[in-house]
Amino acid sequence: MSRLRLSIFLLFILVATAAGVLFVHPESSYVDKYYPWRLGLDLVGGSYLVYEVDMSQIEPADQDIVMNGLRDVIEKRVNLFGVSEPRVTASESNGSYRLNVELAGISDVNEAINQIGATPFLQFSEITINSDSENEEPEFIPTELTGRYVKRASIIFDNITNLPQVFLEFDGEGADLFEQLTGNNIGKPIAVFLDGELISAPRVSEKIPGGRAQITGDFTIEEATALVERFNAGALPAPINLINQQTVSATLGQDSLQKTVKAGVWGTLAVIIFMILYYRVSGFYAAIALFIYTILTLSVFKLFVTMTLAGIAGFVLSIGMAVDANILIFERIKEEIKKGASKAVAMEEGFNRAWPSIRDSNLTTILTTLILYYFTSSFVKGFALTLMLGVVVSMFTAITVTRNLLRIFSRK
Amino acid sequence: MFDLMKYKNLFLGLSVVLVVASIVSIYMFGFNLGVDLKGGTLWQLSFENQITVDEVKGFLTDDIGLENVGVTKDSSGLIILIRSSEFTEDQHQSYLSSMKEKFGLVEDLRFESIGPAIGKELRDKALLAFIFVLTGISLYVAFAFRHVSYPVSSWKYGIITLVTLFHDALISAGFFAFWGFKTGIEIDTNFIVAILVIIGFSVHDTIVVFDRIRENLMTSKDRGNLAKIVNMSVNQTFARSFNTSLTLVLVLITLIIFGASSLSYFTLLILLGTIIGTYSSIFVASPLLTLVQGK
Repeated sequence: MSRLRLSIFLLFILVATAAGVLFVHPESSYVDKYYPWRLGLDLVGGSYLVYEVDMSQIEPADQDIVMNGLRDVIEKRVNLFGVSEPRVTASESNGSYRLNVELAGISDVNEAINQIGATPFLQFSEITINSDSENEEPEFIPTELTGRYVKRASIIFDNITNLPQVFLEFDGEGADLFEQLTGNNIGKPIAVFLDGELISAPRVSEKIPGGRAQITGDFTIEEATALVERFNAGALPAPINLINQQTVSATLGQDSLQKTVKAGVWGTLAVIIFMILYYRVSGFYAAIALFIYTILTLSVFKLFVTMTLAGIAGFVLSIGMAVDANILIFERIKEEIKKGASKAVAMEEGFNRAWPSIRDSNLTTILTTLILYYFTSSFVKGFALTLMLGVVVSMFTAITVTRNLLRIFSRK
Repeated sequence: MFDLMKYKNLFLGLSVVLVVASIVSIYMFGFNLGVDLKGGTLWQLSFENQITVDEVKGFLTDDIGLENVGVTKDSSGLIILIRSSEFTEDQHQSYLSSMKEKFGLVEDLRFESIGPAIGKELRDKALLAFIFVLTGISLYVAFAFRHVSYPVSSWKYGIITLVTLFHDALISAGFFAFWGFKTGIEIDTNFIVAILVIIGFSVHDTIVVFDRIRENLMTSKDRGNLAKIVNMSVNQTFARSFNTSLTLVLVLITLIIFGASSLSYFTLLILLGTIIGTYSSIFVASPLLTLVQGK
């Protein structure tokens, strides 16, 4: 590269870094207004809930549709609860379906869990009386007809008793199922279960087409209204069960954030001081490259990554590794000079000869982070991601940026 | 010049002793599995007044009737960490209010409740990740050194990397088992991540030394004498192996001093592993290379 192109390159990096400083600075209120840092639950406080979906009653072919339905319904529910940017994601592992719900900045987790979990699971069952046994225990056989097929619900009042009832309208498929169900059970009762509890068992007098049903439970007006609201937000197409809950208070999150950021700043300073003390002038350029590294990496994070505590830890570790390439290069330059090479030749040789070991060691780190990313839960993913991005950016800053700094400033 | 080859049996012997001690430690003490690996509840609270661990434990066990309760206190004496069998959010809320009645102002900091199924899944995944990282790195090293076949074939570099990394992971884990036995620290997901990170970092120094051996084998006059080449390479790269680890050690130490307390064991374990990893790439991997040389 000619001296002019070198200067342009460095100027470009410098401008990018200056812009980066403004962009990532946590107290630059102007940027924050339009593009704030995205912080994970463990830093702002909030809840991470994992639900297991009971697919035992769902045909394998329908399972994906049911999962999507569940996700939409729970998203609506959480939105109703007023959580900013809730995230609901579906995942599958070892044949069991999961829903991961992230509620950031929530204060009353218990209420949220109740809201999500209490979404009614409606199930129509056929009843057969087992005449063999003496006490004639009725046996309930669940049918395919569930709350999944409810299109709309409303509250109505019985003409005679004036008691509230829940009026359900099924979608096309649900209407067919309901017609079939009533047709098969003329003269017999069918059971209506809500969240696994028998709420009524009306006797079917005739086959009912058109997909309309009334549920006459022992409802108060409040209960009936709540039920209708929930049905309209969407009934859960399959039962769910909370298997994992992690809640972090905002106080603890703030505290962790401040402490770890502080550790990062001191760690960077310690590395910079070491590099300057040990490698003198070259160390000073490495320190500049390290500063550019932290700013560029943080900018990449701010653009693409939701920061978690583990993510910040991964970044701090990457600071300790970002100068590794510089150390390998500088040691090599020293050796070449000892062998009698001129300063300029030693420099180019140092970069070229150190390259294979820099490449190999960084690639193995990237390999490790990729495996970590694909084999672990969401909190560890943050760590793996920041460490990997850090390694990639450091290859650029520690090699390209340092090299060009040295080329332009140590000519004479 | 330091004569590594003269003392290689001493260093290899020391490593054998450490590995055996680690196996014994893991076998004898085992690991205390954390709630995220076996299922259960983790509950962190901060109190306004000084409080003893026994008070809280007694209250939870006798008055509330929780099972498998473990209580630890942080250095400030105001933050308590409770581990127990799994309980639900409803129970959590009711226990919180009874705690407030009994101990005054209590602030809820963190609550995790994890079913046993997730724990099993995490353990399985961790084991797979461990195997993939070990074999992945070793295969990569064997591949990266594919042009070097004399006097040690490239797949042997891979095998030695595997042995060295396993050595690092095992000693770190063995130490942690002993530590857990002494202080009751539990291993959780972070422990597994730390072990994998140790492996990922430890290989750096090994690669630096091997890379120099590779270069010297191609250019040196003494290419026939592997022991001499290895010894020379270790001496030439000693400063950089030490310095690259030192910068990592510097940030790890600042993380331990200033960082969030929930990360301190994680960081400490990586620090230990980094030191072992640096030691092993110089004093274990390189001497091993001369041992596997075909006669």
